[in-house]
Amino acid sequence: MRLIASYFAGLLFGIGISISGMANPAKVLNFFDVTGHWDPSLAFVMGGALLAAFVGYRYALRRTAPVLEPSFHLPGNSAIDARLLGGSAIFGIGWGIAGFCPGGALPALGTGRIEVLAFVAALVTGIFAARGMIAWNARRADYVPQK
Amino acid sequence: MIPVETDFTPWQSLAGGSLIGLASVLLMLMLGRIMGATGILAGALGSAPRTDRGWRIAVLAGMVSGPLAVLALTGQFPEIEVPVSMPMLLIGGFTVGIGVTFGSGCTSGHGVCGMARLSRRSIAATVTFMVTTALTVFVIRHVLGG
Repeated sequence: MRLIASYFAGLLFGIGISISGMANPAKVLNFFDVTGHWDPSLAFVMGGALLAAFVGYRYALRRTAPVLEPSFHLPGNSAIDARLLGGSAIFGIGWGIAGFCPGGALPALGTGRIEVLAFVAALVTGIFAARGMIAWNARRADYVPQK
Repeated sequence: MIPVETDFTPWQSLAGGSLIGLASVLLMLMLGRIMGATGILAGALGSAPRTDRGWRIAVLAGMVSGPLAVLALTGQFPEIEVPVSMPMLLIGGFTVGIGVTFGSGCTSGHGVCGMARLSRRSIAATVTFMVTTALTVFVIRHVLGG
């Protein structure tokens, strides 16, 4: 039941991404190109998604627990730190270069396009590279020089 | 990169966006989870415990089925035009992977789910990446001249 609900939520997301234009880098990049070929469509994607999620979350989060799980899994971290802002800034640079974001590219894999496969392969490589950096940094922080 | 003209599609984009929001609500209502592409993918790739990967893989399978459902319903795949060269796609993808890992989320997790929860953290993240994306596009298209 959890898997069916998850699949269906993913499917709905994938259909939404497909018809909204978020899977189309030309459209996404033109949204950000205000001084050039501006296409404001992405504002309507964000607007529709935010409105639906805002209203729906009011209702869903009023429950004491989700339907199929004993408790909600909400992010507990509320720190606005350099890691959050630096990471987000780097994400934006990548998004501006490629025109794909993870939520746009993952559903687009269904089209089998080589450009999407290439982007997602690079995305996964980047995720593992960042994990490596985080692990390396943690090890370095733990390291106590021997006299 | 060679910019291409795209049509302004307010209704289609609003409808698609609403479905994205609805999908996020469904996942929260049923499983109590954030519909964030980064978090779900990263968890499926090993950052989540093994017992916690099934639902993530199911969501990913659903996502990939999205364009196929659109193909079945309308007879064609959603339009994907990539005005970006292959090396730049790879550089961009790698950069996105680094950024979303350090930033703990992307457009779906922070931009939709986090903002809908009025999370100050997500609002800060979203404003940051929207600004750097716009600056990057501006520099590539109008300073470097494509």
